[in-house]
Amino acid sequence: MVATEERVAITLAVNGRDEQVSVEPRWLLSDVLRRECGLKGVHVGCEHGVCGACTVLLDGEPIRSCLMFAVQAVGHQLTTVEALGTADHLDPVQQAFWEAHGLQCGFCTPGMVLTARALLDRNPNPDEETIRETLSGNLCRCTGYQFIVDAVLLAAAKRAEDAEQGA
Amino acid sequence: MTLAAFAYQRPRSLAEAVEAMAEAPDARWLSGGMSLLPMMKLELAAPPALLDLSGVEDLRGIRDEGDFLHIGAMTRHVELARDPAVRRDAHLASLAAERIGDPQVRNRGTVGGSLAHADPAADLPAALLALDAEVEAVSARGRRALSVQDLLLGPMMTALEPDELIVAIRIPKHTGHRQAYTKVPHPASGYAVVGVAVAIHEEGGRVRQAAIAVTGVALKAFRAARAEAVLAGQAVDQEVLAEAAGLVCDGQDVLGDVYASAAYRRQLAQVVTRRTLEGLR
Repeated sequence: MVATEERVAITLAVNGRDEQVSVEPRWLLSDVLRRECGLKGVHVGCEHGVCGACTVLLDGEPIRSCLMFAVQAVGHQLTTVEALGTADHLDPVQQAFWEAHGLQCGFCTPGMVLTARALLDRNPNPDEETIRETLSGNLCRCTGYQFIVDAVLLAAAKRAEDAEQGA
Repeated sequence: MTLAAFAYQRPRSLAEAVEAMAEAPDARWLSGGMSLLPMMKLELAAPPALLDLSGVEDLRGIRDEGDFLHIGAMTRHVELARDPAVRRDAHLASLAAERIGDPQVRNRGTVGGSLAHADPAADLPAALLALDAEVEAVSARGRRALSVQDLLLGPMMTALEPDELIVAIRIPKHTGHRQAYTKVPHPASGYAVVGVAVAIHEEGGRVRQAAIAVTGVALKAFRAARAEAVLAGQAVDQEVLAEAAGLVCDGQDVLGDVYASAAYRRQLAQVVTRRTLEGLR
C-alpha cells in the first residue's frame, strides 16, 4: 500500500517516450501531463468529467485525463495533441480544423482533434451522425459544432486522398 | 485540482485484492472511476484508501459458459457494446452499453462499477434486470451469487457488503429474443430521464416470455411486472401493447424533478414503452 501523501515513482509512456515521474496517487493524469511532463496541450476545463477538453488517447482511444489518476495510466500508451503534428506539418485532422474553421477560441480543440483522430483511425469514413455522437463528450462554447463536424468530414476526405496518393 | 489524499494499492490478483480489503476495511474499490472520481471531486466521497482493480486479471474477459455469458466485472462499456458474443446472445446488454454517457466514459467505465454504484438513472441496470442477470461477489468470507434484482436496493445502495467485490455478471443467453433499449437522455448529463429495456420471446405467434425493465423513473431500476403479465401468452397486437405500456409504472413511486415532473415522467415512460414494443414487431 502506498501511504497517504507518499510519492511513488512511475513511468508513463507518453507520445512514444517514457517519462519517469514521481507522483502522489491522488494526482490526476491531466495535472501530471501538464505539470510534470510539460504537455500544456492537455487543457483543463471543467475538471469534473463533463467538458472533454482534457481528452487524451489511452491505447488509441479517447479518455478524460481529469477522470483518471496518473498511477492508473502505468502500462498504457498515452497520446496528447503534441504528438499529432507540428506547426509546419499539421496532422490532416488539424489541417481540416483550420480549413473548415472548426475552432474559434481553441480551448476545446486538442480534445476535439484527438477524439476525431481516434474515430478516423477506427472508422475512416464516418457519417455525420456518427461524428456527432462521437464528439458528444467534447463541449465547444464557440462554434455551434457545425464547422467542427464539417472539419471531421473534411479530415476523412483528406486522409482518403493521402492514402490514395500513397498507394 | 488536487483531491483529498488517500492510500493506494494495485493488487495483482483477486486473492490479493480481497486480502488488501480485509486489511483496510475503509478502502473503496477503484474500477473505471467514472462515478467515483466525480464524487471525490465534489467531496461526496473521501475514501481513505483506494484499491485499484485494473491489475486483477480474473476480473476481465467475456466467456461463453453454455447457457450463460460470463462478463468479467472490469469489462468496459465499449467492450460490452462491441463484443460479438454479447451482441448475439444478450443483445440488450450491448444496446444499453452503447447508450451510456459518451465515448470517453464508455472507454473507461466498467460493468461491475456501474452496478455497484447503482445510480437510479444508469442504463445497464435496466438491461441486466430485463435479462435476469446475476452478479457474483467475493469477500474474505467467500463467494456468493445474487440476482441484479436483489442487488439493487435504492439510489446508490446495493446489497453488497462494504468489503464485497463484484467479480462477474452472468447473463442467461437470450439468443433469438427480440430486444431493444430506448432512452430519453437528460440533455446535459446524458443520464436516462426514462430508459426502457425489453426482451420478448415469441413462439407460434404468442409471447412466451416478456421482460420489461425501466430506469430513471423510480429510486431504482425496476421490472414492470404487470405490463409483462399483460403480454404473457398473448398474440400481440396494437391494443395489447398499448395496455401493457399503460401499466409500465404500475405500483411505482415515480420521481419528479426540475427537468421532468412525476406526471410527465410517467407519461413519457408509457409512450417510450409502447414505441419500444411496437418497434420490435
